[in-house]
Amino acid sequence: MREVNVKQVAEAVAKCCMDSCYYLPEGVLAKLKAGQKTEVSPLGRQVLGTIIENAELAKRKAVPLCQDTGLTVVFINIGQEVHFTGGDLEAAIHAGVAKGYTEGYLRKSSVDDPLFLRKNTGDNTPAIIHARIVPGDKVHIIVSPKGCGSENMGALRMLKPADGVDGVIKFVLETITNAGSNPCPPVTVGIGIGGNMERAAELAKFSLTRPIGEHNANPKYRELEEKLLELANKTGVGPSGLGGSTTALAVNIEYAPTHIGGLPCAVNLNCHAARRAEAEI
Amino acid sequence: MTNAEIKKIQAPLTEETIKNLHAGDFVQITGYIYTARDAAHKRMYEALGRGEKLPFDIRNQIIYYVGPTPAKPGEIVGSAGPTTSGRMDKYTPTMIEQGMRGMIGKGLRNQEVIEACKKYHAVYFAAIGGAAAVIAQSIKGEKMIAYEDLGPEAIRKYTVVNFPAIVAIDIEGRDFYREGEAKYRQL
Repeated sequence: MREVNVKQVAEAVAKCCMDSCYYLPEGVLAKLKAGQKTEVSPLGRQVLGTIIENAELAKRKAVPLCQDTGLTVVFINIGQEVHFTGGDLEAAIHAGVAKGYTEGYLRKSSVDDPLFLRKNTGDNTPAIIHARIVPGDKVHIIVSPKGCGSENMGALRMLKPADGVDGVIKFVLETITNAGSNPCPPVTVGIGIGGNMERAAELAKFSLTRPIGEHNANPKYRELEEKLLELANKTGVGPSGLGGSTTALAVNIEYAPTHIGGLPCAVNLNCHAARRAEAEI
Repeated sequence: MTNAEIKKIQAPLTEETIKNLHAGDFVQITGYIYTARDAAHKRMYEALGRGEKLPFDIRNQIIYYVGPTPAKPGEIVGSAGPTTSGRMDKYTPTMIEQGMRGMIGKGLRNQEVIEACKKYHAVYFAAIGGAAAVIAQSIKGEKMIAYEDLGPEAIRKYTVVNFPAIVAIDIEGRDFYREGEAKYRQL
């Protein structure tokens, strides 16, 4: 048994909120620079240049890359040997988000009642928390703020087993094309296949936390990731949706066992500001 | 943008300026513009529905679809890139009828917006989504105008110098987003 005070969790979450909004992961920046070399549209190359300049400026000034600092998605893996002390874990995560967004000058984009009142909660809480119990005595946290320009363009389809690989490809390309410029391409395409309705959606979101450039360990899924990336870059959407050959930087697939009668497929697009920060306690 | 052919234009807009703007043109906007996004549009639209006046004179103005981050101490504004324009489509023809002549945002507009741009001579400018820190450098002044309780969604007046954008929809109804995608599509 290892004791962890929830205040440590709050502090780690607060720092991750700020860091993820200011500093674009190096891997994403490298992909953007690589895209600038291969992009066929002259305007597309200029747009990528501006996006790179923006990431460098945000880092230098420690300001948000994008004004939409998102809803805060927190993935927390809790070692089963950990005993939390000092209060309520979930409350501590929310407190960390409130601190990070307030002290970090991040935008508060969360409204309470989604349909009738839509009143801003004022501190970007509540966070969306995905918690898992895992072996060990560590607490691992990934904070991945997600803006709504990209989140709104996600889609989920309950495909039939007979739709197969072709059905998945068609649905993914349709989602990317329909999204056009809205999710701020070049995007990272997160795909969840299998499970049930909510599992597919969760897998798609989780796949976006994978460091860019890493592939699924299963060679068949890796091959599909590569094929979908090639096809995504033929949709014509291009940087900022103004046309070009750099529509996606990566395609990440996560899969799970499913029902004999189902093939759920969820697509979650992430903008070029593919924000992510992590901490281990 | 480093393109050699940049059209420098003044805001508020004039008919003369608007007539010379074509889909795909690079522009730098200097003058003042107003901010409004989802909640502010809804309030303005409902105010008009009740026969009330808008909180500012919208004639010839540009509305920038943005909800900025709070400014850090010593800064004029926080990060301030465009939000998705399509969410404002429901309200936009009414705003154009009221005299609005320009919009800045990102993403496609619906046919009603394109028709209103043609009929009333309004233009839609695309700013680069996610280039919020770079864009903020062209914002030199900020004044609260209305709906302060909406926080990031309040209406602000920005003084801008060389604000970078691209003409996405012109008064002939040409749509630079659709043209761009069609040009590079290989499927």
